[in-house]
Amino acid sequence: MSRSSLWEYANPRTFVETTDKVLPPIAWAAALCLVVGLIWGFFFTPDDFRQGSTVKIIYLHVPSAMMAINAWLMMLVASIIWVVRRHHVSALAARAAAPVGIVMTLITLFTGAIWGQPMWGTWWAWDPRLTSFLILFLFYLGYAALWAAIENDETAADLTAMLCLVGSVFALLSRYAVNFWNQGLHQGASLSLDKEENVADVFYVPLLVCIAGFVLLFIALVLLRTRTEIRARRVAALIARERRA
Amino acid sequence: MVLQVTDLSLARGGVRLIEGLSFELASGQAMLVRGPNGIGKTTLLRTLAGLQPPLTGQIDAEEDSLAYAGHLDGVKPTLTVAENLRFWAAVFGGGDLETALRDFALTPLRDRPAGQLSAGQKRRLGLARLKVTGRKTWLLDEPTVSLDAEARALFEAAVKAHLAQGGAVLAATHIDLSFGAADTLDLTPYRATSPIAGAFDEALL
Amino acid sequence: MRALLLRDLRLAIRAGGGFGLALAFFLIVVVLVPLSVGPNSDRLAIIAPGMLWLGALLANLLSLDRMFALDWEDGSLDLLATSPMPLEAVALIKALAHWITTALPLILAAPAFALMLNLPGAGYTGLLISLLLGTPALSVIGSFGAALTVGLKRGGLLLSLLVLPLYVPTLIFGAEMTRRAAETQEYLTPMLMLAGITCGTIALLPFASAAVLRANLR
Repeated sequence: MSRSSLWEYANPRTFVETTDKVLPPIAWAAALCLVVGLIWGFFFTPDDFRQGSTVKIIYLHVPSAMMAINAWLMMLVASIIWVVRRHHVSALAARAAAPVGIVMTLITLFTGAIWGQPMWGTWWAWDPRLTSFLILFLFYLGYAALWAAIENDETAADLTAMLCLVGSVFALLSRYAVNFWNQGLHQGASLSLDKEENVADVFYVPLLVCIAGFVLLFIALVLLRTRTEIRARRVAALIARERRA
Repeated sequence: MVLQVTDLSLARGGVRLIEGLSFELASGQAMLVRGPNGIGKTTLLRTLAGLQPPLTGQIDAEEDSLAYAGHLDGVKPTLTVAENLRFWAAVFGGGDLETALRDFALTPLRDRPAGQLSAGQKRRLGLARLKVTGRKTWLLDEPTVSLDAEARALFEAAVKAHLAQGGAVLAATHIDLSFGAADTLDLTPYRATSPIAGAFDEALL
Repeated sequence: MRALLLRDLRLAIRAGGGFGLALAFFLIVVVLVPLSVGPNSDRLAIIAPGMLWLGALLANLLSLDRMFALDWEDGSLDLLATSPMPLEAVALIKALAHWITTALPLILAAPAFALMLNLPGAGYTGLLISLLLGTPALSVIGSFGAALTVGLKRGGLLLSLLVLPLYVPTLIFGAEMTRRAAETQEYLTPMLMLAGITCGTIALLPFASAAVLRANLR
């Protein structure tokens, strides 16, 4: 079967049929990358001379941080598609992505704390990056809570899409505001867990593998959850149809 | 033709209610919308008023010519009768306050806070608002609920006067209202059957 | 549009305690702060800018959930949606009415509260200007949140969860501006950012609020 345009996949039936075939290989690839990347990264790389072995947490921290942001970006794109073209699949995909993003953000925060503890002597510090992720976590919570609070599915899709759009602008604003806020106290503080500075080559390849693993994991989870949302909606529609007949 | 509806189909809560509805409403005409509960009378009126988009079909009416009166009256209890009406008159940029008060026998109540009105009086106030909108076509959803016989007579007289001035009325109601020669629109034959196969998102509607 | 503003102001006055509620709440916060951190004047002076802004922020939240809900419940919102007035204007006017009844009393009373929290004298101008510049944004953002939760029965808590993260930029720049003023430092940057955010929200958010109201009315 050939598809004439990408929008064909917005048809729920096509989406489910396609993901039937596509999901298992993605899931296996995700598992492979994660296992290989994490074991390699944790056990087969030398300790960093400055930070000891805790720096290895970046194999969890960096990919989860990237995915926390990418999940929100995906939700933003899906929300825009819903607002413009009203394809139910994209609204459901955004809804499906939110919990995955929440978990990614939590992983980022926890691993950030674990990484920071030996360096700063405290489990939590109001470093601009961590603070921004904490605020992102709040945005995610609000988004998920709104989905849960609205009964009518179509209204919920509309409202959460607007929240995602507006929230994205403010999340960006918050990022700059938080940077300004932190710098105002410690000029040029070097508390940032900047991956570019600290990662030498020998760390780099397993990091890439982990990142790939997280990306594939995210895709697999979102596809899986979207399929579930589609099925749940189908059941609800069938029940509603029966009730009216 | 103050209102023309072509091949309209409506949905509510993701369920298709009405399809293939076409009708016309002329100046000076009154039409009663009938049908069993849940068929979509309220949805039809709200769609015509512009509060929700139809699934398919076309609604042709002059810009700003429709006035909607639903189940709720839009009455603020802490404002007086006159203040309530004056607000709506200012918002809609329409008709005369005194005539509206007089036509619905609200003149003696004009300075009473609306919270102290009986249910019937509040309904009369909600209907009086239609007059101050200055709009030609009235869309009424169960207008005579909580009106006693006397108030209903007032309402029918006001509608007749409105029709005589060239207005039109579309009312969803269970009760037999006498607006003179009123046409009836029964929605039962337009009840939607299963969705058309092959629709894009048909699995989810 | 003026009719809507006047009506909402009149309703707020007649609702009893319309203007006073936010003030009372702010007062309570100002009393609770020293009770929770101790009466040490120097410490209070340091945290005063932030606490004053926090108090203003929270007091703003109080009346948000009634903004559209009252009109929703009695059918007035339906009627406003069918009126010649665009919903964008309705959202903006509602935010303005909220600002007048909630934020304006706060701004007028702010010097008294700043005194109680031992804000350094240099900070008063900064506090007032920052509140003047920032609170309109809080009202407009609040109107967006109120529009989102208008149909919900117990939407107050969800409203706070949705709106407070959106308040973060305004809070950061407003508090920082006040703090810099109190330390007699230059505060142009946060002031410009604050003003920019407020102008941006006033210009753009009403469109989002109107879209949300339309979705809820369907």
